[in-house]
Amino acid sequence: MSAYIVRRLLSLVFVLIGITLLVFLIMQLAPGDPAKIMLGTKATETSLAQLRHELGLDQPLHIQYIRWVGRVIQGNFGRSIQLKREVLPFLLDRFRNTAYLTLFAAVVACVVGIPVGILSAVRQYSLEDRASMILVLVGFSTPLFWLGIVLQIVFGLALGLLPVSGIHATGRDDFADLFVHLILPSLTLATGATAIIARMTRSSMLEVIRQDYVRTARSKGLSERLVISRHAVKNALIPVVTVVGMQVGYLLGGDVLIEIVFSYPGIGLAMVNGILARDFPLVQGAILLVATSYALVNLAVDLLYAYLDPRIHYG
Amino acid sequence: MDKKVDAGPDSVAVDASAGARHLPDVVLTVRPRSPTRQALRRLRRDRAAVSAAVFLLVLALITVLAPVLAPQDPIKINLEERLAPPGTSGYPLGADDLGRDILSRLIWGGRISLLVGFGAVLVAMTFGVLLGLIAGYFGGWSDSLIMRGIDILMAFPAILLAIAIIASLGPGLRNAMLAIAIVGIPYYARIVRGSVLSLREQDFVTAARSIGVSSYRILMRHVLPNCLGPLIVAATLDVGWMIMAAAGLSFLGLGAQPPTAEWGVMLSQGRQFVRHAPWVSILPGAAIFLVVLALNLFGDGLRDALDPWLRE
Repeated sequence: MSAYIVRRLLSLVFVLIGITLLVFLIMQLAPGDPAKIMLGTKATETSLAQLRHELGLDQPLHIQYIRWVGRVIQGNFGRSIQLKREVLPFLLDRFRNTAYLTLFAAVVACVVGIPVGILSAVRQYSLEDRASMILVLVGFSTPLFWLGIVLQIVFGLALGLLPVSGIHATGRDDFADLFVHLILPSLTLATGATAIIARMTRSSMLEVIRQDYVRTARSKGLSERLVISRHAVKNALIPVVTVVGMQVGYLLGGDVLIEIVFSYPGIGLAMVNGILARDFPLVQGAILLVATSYALVNLAVDLLYAYLDPRIHYG
Repeated sequence: MDKKVDAGPDSVAVDASAGARHLPDVVLTVRPRSPTRQALRRLRRDRAAVSAAVFLLVLALITVLAPVLAPQDPIKINLEERLAPPGTSGYPLGADDLGRDILSRLIWGGRISLLVGFGAVLVAMTFGVLLGLIAGYFGGWSDSLIMRGIDILMAFPAILLAIAIIASLGPGLRNAMLAIAIVGIPYYARIVRGSVLSLREQDFVTAARSIGVSSYRILMRHVLPNCLGPLIVAATLDVGWMIMAAAGLSFLGLGAQPPTAEWGVMLSQGRQFVRHAPWVSILPGAAIFLVVLALNLFGDGLRDALDPWLRE
C-alpha cells in the first residue's frame, strides 16, 4: 500500500507539471501581446519594451515557463489586469464559494443517488426501478444551465420560495442565508451527478447481490433487510466511491455554467468574465486552481479506494 | 419427404444428402446470422431506441430542409412582435426580444447543433482512434508518450479544458467546436487503445503479421474493424454531450455569437426576459434536452444490441 501511495504521489507531481505546462502554453498561444493589453491606449514603444522586460516576455519560452512556475509555487499568480489587484487572494476567496457549491451538490447527489440505486437494484424490473431509471436518463440528458433557469422560474419567480441569484441577501452574511442561496444552484448542479451515481450504484448492487456470500447470508436465515444493509451495500459502495470522486471533479467543471445562471460569485464566474475581458493572469490562475484541486480530489479518491478495497493489490 | 428450414432469401443451402447416400434425403437450409444482423434485430425490438432513431432522423431532415421549412428568416427583426407569446399569428412558438420567430430560429439552430455535435465527434474520433491505434499496437515509447499526453488532457474537468482552449483561441462557434473536439480525443484514444491491446495478441493478428502483412494494413483491415462496436456506441452517446457542451459554451458567450440562431445563444438571450416571456429561453433548452435524450436512448439501445451481456 505504501509503495502504491508513493507511486500515486509521483504521478500527481507529473500531472501537476503537465497542468502547468498546458495552462502556460494555452495562454502563450492566446492572440495579443499581454504588455499591450496591460498598458492599453497609453502604450508607447519604450514603455512596452520596458514592461515586456519586467514581465520577462523577452526571454525564451522555456525560461518564461520556469520563472512562471517558480512564481506560482511561491503563491504569486500575478496581478489581474481588470481588477488591478493580486490574483491569488481574490481567486481563493471565490474558490471558497465554489467549494461550498460543489460540496453541497456532491452531498445532494450522494444522498439521492445512492438510495435510488440501491432501491432500483433490490427491486430490479419493478415499477420503482423502471421509473428511477427513466429519471436517471432524464438527468443525464438535461442541460443543467437550462434546468437552472427553469428552477429559477418555478421556485423563484412563480412561487417566490427561494432566492434566484447571488450568495447572500443584502446586509446578511450568516450561514442560514448562504444555505438558502445554495439550494437552487446546488440542486441544479447535482442533477447529472445524481443520475450517474444512481446508475453506478444500481449496477454495482446487482453484481453484489448475486455473489455467493450474499446467498450464504440469506441461507443462514438473515432478514432481507440485514442481508442488504450489512452485507451487500458495504461492498457495492466501494466502486461507487470512485464515481463519486470523479463526479466531484465534473461538478468543479460544471460549476462554471451554474455560477453564470445564478450569478453566484464563484471561480467559474470570475473565469468567464476574465476570458471576455482578456484578463489572462486571472484566467490562468483560475484554470490552474481548479485543475489542481481536481487532481487532488482524484488522488484522494484513488487512495481511499485502495484503502477500502483490500482485495486489490497495488504492488 | 423434404424437410426444409428456410430462413430468408440469402440462406445458405446445405444439402445433407449430397455425398452421404446412407443419410435420409433431407435438405437443410441454414442461414448463418452475422453478429451485425443479430445486433440489428435486437435493436429493432427496442421500441425506445427505434422511436429515438426516428425522432433524430425526422429532426435531421427538418434541419436539412431549414431553408424551405422555416416559416421566417431566423434573424429578421420585427419589433412590433417583440416577445409575442406562442400561438400568435405567424409566430407559432412566439417571438424573442427582437421579434424574431422562435420556431424558425429553433429549426436553424438545430442545424448548427447537429452539425457541431456530429462534427466535433468526427474530429475527436479521428484523432482519438489514430492515437489509440498507434499507442496500443506499437506500445513502447510511442504508447508512453501518447498516454502521458492523454493523462494531461484528462487532468482537467472536460468543460474547463474546453473553456481554457477557447480562452486561447478566442470565442466563436468554430473554436468552440474545436475545443470540445480536443476535449473528446482522450475518450476515443483510451477506448481504442484498450481494444487494440487485447486484439494485437490474438491469433488472426499474429497470423497476419507472420505472413508479412504491413502494420498499416493490419491496423486498418484487422484491428480497427474489431474496435468499431464500442466506438460506435461511445460516439452516439458522445454526440449528445458535445451538443450540450457546445450550447453551454455559447450560453457563456464563448461559442456561437448573436445574432446566430443557435440554441445556447437563444437560451442566453432569453434569460433577460425570463420573468415576462419564459418561453424564449424554455423552448431552446427543451430542444437541446429532447435531442440529447433521443441520442442517449438510441446509444443505450445500440449498446445493448451490440453487447447483450451488458444489458444488466
